[in-house]
Amino acid sequence: MNLRRSLTLVAAGAALVLGLTACGGSSGGGSPLGGGSSQAPAANDTIRIGSADFVESQIIAQIYGQALQAKGVKVDITPPVGSREVYFPALTDGSIDLIPDYTGTLLQYINKQATETDSEAVYAALQKTVPAPLTVLNKAAAEDKDAVVVTSGFAQQHNLKSIADLAPIAGTMAFGGPSEFQTRPDGIPGIEKTYGVKFKSFSALDTGGPVTVKGLNDNTVQAADLFTTDPSIEANRFVVLEDPKNNFAAQNVVPLINSGKATDQVKQILNAVQAKLTTEGLVELNRTANGADKPNLDTVAKSWLAQNGL
Amino acid sequence: MVWGWIPRNTTLIVGALGTHVVLALIPVLVGLVIAVPLGWLASRVPALRAIFIPTASVLYTIPSLAVFIVLPAILGTQILDPLNVVVALTIYTVALLVRSVADALGAVPALIVAAATAMGYRPGRRFVSVELPLAVPVLIAGLRVAAVSNISLVSVGALIGVGGLGQLFTEGYQRDFPTEILTGIVLTVLLALVIDGILVVVGRFATPWARAGAST
Amino acid sequence: MTLLFSYLFDPAHWSGPGGIPARVGEHLFYSVLALALGAIVAVPLGAFIGHTHRGGFLVVGTANGMRALPELGLLTLLVLLIGINLLPVTIALAVLAVPPLLAGTYSGVRNVDAGAVDAARGMGMREWQILTKVELPNALPLVLGGFRAAALQVIATAAVAAYVSFGGLGRLLIDGLKTLDYSQMAAGAIMVAVLALVVEGLLALVQRAVVSPGLRGGGRRSPTAEITRTAVPARADNPEPAGVTS
Repeated sequence: MNLRRSLTLVAAGAALVLGLTACGGSSGGGSPLGGGSSQAPAANDTIRIGSADFVESQIIAQIYGQALQAKGVKVDITPPVGSREVYFPALTDGSIDLIPDYTGTLLQYINKQATETDSEAVYAALQKTVPAPLTVLNKAAAEDKDAVVVTSGFAQQHNLKSIADLAPIAGTMAFGGPSEFQTRPDGIPGIEKTYGVKFKSFSALDTGGPVTVKGLNDNTVQAADLFTTDPSIEANRFVVLEDPKNNFAAQNVVPLINSGKATDQVKQILNAVQAKLTTEGLVELNRTANGADKPNLDTVAKSWLAQNGL
Repeated sequence: MVWGWIPRNTTLIVGALGTHVVLALIPVLVGLVIAVPLGWLASRVPALRAIFIPTASVLYTIPSLAVFIVLPAILGTQILDPLNVVVALTIYTVALLVRSVADALGAVPALIVAAATAMGYRPGRRFVSVELPLAVPVLIAGLRVAAVSNISLVSVGALIGVGGLGQLFTEGYQRDFPTEILTGIVLTVLLALVIDGILVVVGRFATPWARAGAST
Repeated sequence: MTLLFSYLFDPAHWSGPGGIPARVGEHLFYSVLALALGAIVAVPLGAFIGHTHRGGFLVVGTANGMRALPELGLLTLLVLLIGINLLPVTIALAVLAVPPLLAGTYSGVRNVDAGAVDAARGMGMREWQILTKVELPNALPLVLGGFRAAALQVIATAAVAAYVSFGGLGRLLIDGLKTLDYSQMAAGAIMVAVLALVVEGLLALVQRAVVSPGLRGGGRRSPTAEITRTAVPARADNPEPAGVTS
């Protein structure tokens, strides 16, 4: 008797779990066990769009996705994948097909020895070095670079205008940025090589996000890596130190796509989007997304598309 | 706190919740199925017990993030694969339950087992009809710990890109959005309490003799 | 295979502020702080409730509920609200230390042989004297068991603190993950597991050394209870095997 009752309950429990699986599966956009970059390459006509672990990348991914969807292309926008070191392999093995990227750092990721810094030169080099099956489409005018940023108080105190000015005091400073900044060619190693600036310590904070901003504000770090389209720079009156020797190469937004999925129609749609992306536009997008009411990123993307007639 | 965010994002929240439940509970079921025979062996063969229980302790000691990250190298999966989370949590569940099962089966009074044998129960039937039901309370206790623990651990999977309520934490953190994180925490705790409650009820159902005239 | 261990074998990684020993030090530092805070909260509370035999239900319920709190959620929330200093890390980790400590102290004190407590009362001891001279010493095995479980929980969870920009061995895991540096990740995973095992071993030794030999048997179970009640070892109301971590 007890056995039968227990078995009934177990069966009911299993049914419940299966029911929730279906629920989670359908509304989560893909089976939970097949989600993320573990899936086999998508059905031939669906483009899987990934994004990096910061808001701007996710907004641009949404913009690409919705622009494509509006013209009838099937897309699947995945949850954020992570830093380039993680998403690039995901692109090459087909787990994702398209991602918004930035010309300069992408070039340096593919070729650590790359020295181009000018926007056109970087793009030309990139087009030549991107490994198959990937390719890049048109670059946008919109640019979002890494920058070394300090608080206005600190800048005034030490009379700081450019990164070179940090050389004498860097030995007492803590620097904050994303973990990968420690190893990237234009990150800590680049700053040392280009300007002879060696910081006392490095704190892995986040990817140009609120924690880095907080870190600067409460002096946990005296200098940090933020992105030039970040509205918090203006909002906190941070000072972007000049980069006269171009440690940070040009960083134009560019779609990195699997050429198998880059049909003429897809190329046309995405290049049309690229033509409309401007640096000020990016700052505005970030500002809206970071607003206190935290609008959904897809809504933010949708308004941008509407405003730009796409 | 921006409470308006919640109704705006029900699809995201419900989806994350559903994924979370599946990723947490499949390991419990699979773990139970694996642990029962292992625990039974451990309760019968002292030598095996001496191997299984310490191994289980060691496995349970290894922190979850470490296991999520190392499994791809062992299983050959990709880093961001949800399967890593499921396998890791199954390992934890087995490690936890093997000891529960072994203790529970070992604690079944010898008198009762003898009586059952005397009544003519064959070993197989005796195990299923007598020993296992008597082991249920301790099993349920173990399952409760395993289920609640798994529910909490699945959220760590967000660090390797696996879906679930943990996504609310990483996203909320990136956007400086405590409301989203708080929603995730509350849902995780509620989920754990609900599953815990269900297991308690299941346990009560499966042991009616404990209620009738109990001296608890 | 050697590629996987290359991070560990590189001597440069064993010195300096980012070196493995420094990370181990940070890791232990966070853990000790959290355990201290957790103990200050949980031990008196558990002892009091165990002694008065009231509110036991509350303890079990709270302990279970707190075990459900997701560490990543707590850490991210507290860091966003409080900032990047020791406070959010300590609180988040202490919250995880409390359930095992509370449950261990509570069941330890509650399960002390009623006869001994009665005798102490009969001798004229005051309540708090009974608690400190009779119940707590007798409860030591379970209290220490709870402490061990808490220590492991904290050490395991401290690895996640690296996500919210703290140090510790989790730094190797998170930094390695962000750059897909497998050997760094492997180093982090191995070191964290080794640390957890070493601490577990040390605490087991401490438990053996500190607990009075008369108590080593642990738990009280009368032979008759075996036959008349359902087989439920003393651990059922403290469903926390000694090695519980996350």
